[in-house]
Amino acid sequence: MLAFILRRIASAAGVMLTVAFLAFLIFRFVGDPVDMMLNEQATQEQRDALRERLGLNDSFLIQYGKFVARAAHGDFGISFRNQQDVSTLIGERFPATLELVLVATALSLIIGIPLGVITAIYRRSVLAETVQFASIVGVSLPSFALGIFLILLFSVKLGWLPAFGRGETVDIGFWSTGLLTSSGRRALILPSITLALFQITLVLRLVRAEMLETLRTDFIKFARARGLPNWIIYFRHGLRNCLMPVITITGMQIGNLIAFALITETVFQWPGMGMLFIQAVTFVDIPVMAAYLVIVSFIFVALNTVVDLLYGFVDPRLRAKGAMGASHAAA
Amino acid sequence: MMLTASSGHKGLPSMPAVSRTPVLSVRNVGVEFPTRHGLLTATEGVSFDIAPGEILGMVGESGAGKSLTGMSVIGLLEPPGRLSAGEIWLESERIDTLSLRERQRVRGRKIGAIFQDPLTSLHPLFTVGKQLCETIRYHLGLDKKAARARALELLNQVGIPGAEQRIDHYPHQFSGGMRQRVVIALALAAGPSLIIADEPTTALDVSVQAQITALLKQLCRENGTAILLVTHDMGVIAETADRVAVMYAGRVVEIGPALDVIQRPRHPYTQGLMNSIPSLKIRAEALNQIDGSMPRLDSMPQGCAFHPRCSFAGPRCAKQRPPLAAVGENMSAACWLHQGGVNGDA
Ligand SMILES: Nc1ncnc2c1ncn2[C@@H]1O[C@H](COP(=O)(O)OP(=O)(O)O)[C@@H](O)[C@H]1O
Ligand code: SF4
Ligand SMILES: [Mg+2]
Repeated sequence: MLAFILRRIASAAGVMLTVAFLAFLIFRFVGDPVDMMLNEQATQEQRDALRERLGLNDSFLIQYGKFVARAAHGDFGISFRNQQDVSTLIGERFPATLELVLVATALSLIIGIPLGVITAIYRRSVLAETVQFASIVGVSLPSFALGIFLILLFSVKLGWLPAFGRGETVDIGFWSTGLLTSSGRRALILPSITLALFQITLVLRLVRAEMLETLRTDFIKFARARGLPNWIIYFRHGLRNCLMPVITITGMQIGNLIAFALITETVFQWPGMGMLFIQAVTFVDIPVMAAYLVIVSFIFVALNTVVDLLYGFVDPRLRAKGAMGASHAAA
Repeated sequence: MMLTASSGHKGLPSMPAVSRTPVLSVRNVGVEFPTRHGLLTATEGVSFDIAPGEILGMVGESGAGKSLTGMSVIGLLEPPGRLSAGEIWLESERIDTLSLRERQRVRGRKIGAIFQDPLTSLHPLFTVGKQLCETIRYHLGLDKKAARARALELLNQVGIPGAEQRIDHYPHQFSGGMRQRVVIALALAAGPSLIIADEPTTALDVSVQAQITALLKQLCRENGTAILLVTHDMGVIAETADRVAVMYAGRVVEIGPALDVIQRPRHPYTQGLMNSIPSLKIRAEALNQIDGSMPRLDSMPQGCAFHPRCSFAGPRCAKQRPPLAAVGENMSAACWLHQGGVNGDA
């Protein structure tokens, strides 16, 4: 088990170094940072001084090493656009995105799992057919369209919920949360539903498919033959067997949600990382873009690793063999 | 040749006449499947009794309806399959008409089941102890501690060495034979009076098959549990069964004491089965060595379903279906040879 964990972490580190390399290439070769940071009138001495300060005279490898070392400490340099520390900018925006994503994920599990189980058990009922149809609509509906629709209905027409922003936030240490104020919570509702819709349908369909598969297995047949009641068969034996793919998909999707939150964030003017990135692209603010790339990748890789480790925890067979590489093929 | 039907049991050990009420009484049971092209009759007129502590072996080639018969007793026919006729009595209680909920209470509690593949019968993500305890607790209402004690006792009873440690192991940590022992322990969990064992050794290594069969036999003797032992292994039948029912094309064609059925079978199909076995040690495949194959459900011939393959068949066989009727003291066979000949058409 320990060997497995170490191997998994080593490979995660390898992936991160590669990503950092790509981010570094962007940083280094998309335009000359000195040109971007100084205006036309800068003297040659100023340029040379900045070049020296940025370490651009070092060899390529040393620059890369320094980039990695700084990134590992959360130092991504200074924004070209407003000369602030990139890490400060991201630190301000990250809580907004993460709260949005976690609330959306929670919604998707709370709604998706029971619906998936129920539609699998009563698969021939009208209710199940309806839910199934709705989930196909849900998968095909672009999230910005849903977002705009929700804003029109609940903000513009009914005036129940705010159309944009995060509401009031409370700072707890470095973390600014919207979960502790009622305006913050109200502001979360529409964006998180928008972000969660696809996820809900994904979880629902995954659980349904896994459940149908599981209900056909011999161990379910044998559990019935042992006379166990339905609730044990469905919710203990059946659901337990579906957990692994759900964990995998949820884990991976958190990464996706963080990345795709930028659409929802744009629609709702949500002050998160996605908005920051969109602004960075508009201004060719390369340090911010590079930082976004590295951080989002880091989250992806970290989640993948955690998911793999959880796998071993959930499935005793894998724990024994320590071969969990195939986990991503699920669903 | 076999026309002198009641050549009898003189010199052969035979079962003492069953006087106690049977644990299981299957009467005239049929299973059908509604399909787009009408009703498919899979089994028909299946009748047999099993006495307390008795092992009834059930043989017949694949598709004969053995598993369907077992599943109808357990009450787990998979829809759209359903009982078309008949009655099933368990210890003087009619169970085929019970509500789903009452039926579920009979399962596991009064009837234990063992299926073919111990690899897939156990939930891979729960320890064997957990699976045992949940079954014990549900049926017997014991608390956690008592259930675990009973689980340990069961594991010891089915011969799992080091049960104290093994109880917390997962199914994948057991060998095939040991896993089937766990399955047997699960079937025994609530102390059932009947066990349906559907090919319990077919999926196992030849080397452990005999051990599992011996275990079943021993448990049956110790606890007085009745067993319906479905198999296509004549060796298993010879070693374990008290009586044998031979199924062909959805019907019981011969039933009687194991020794009689094996040594002096009356039905030509059973004779074919036995003749194709040079020695009882040769197993399984032998069953398919009668020329031709069993008819499909949707093209069941008129008359005796075996007549296209039967070397004794006469005109009557193609017209009228022979009923299962007594031939001699304890035996019954469904064949015109023993019921007035194959030529008449009365
Ligand atoms: N769901 C089903 N639909 C139609 N026919 C079925 C179904 N299940 C089983 N049968 C048929 O019932 C017959 C008996 O099957 P089974 O009891 O499994 O045979 P055995 O266990 O003796 O090999 C077979 O001919 C099989 O094709
Ligand atoms: S009834 Fe006729 S065809 Fe059928 S087994 Fe007897 S002799 Fe053969
Ligand atoms: Mg079968």
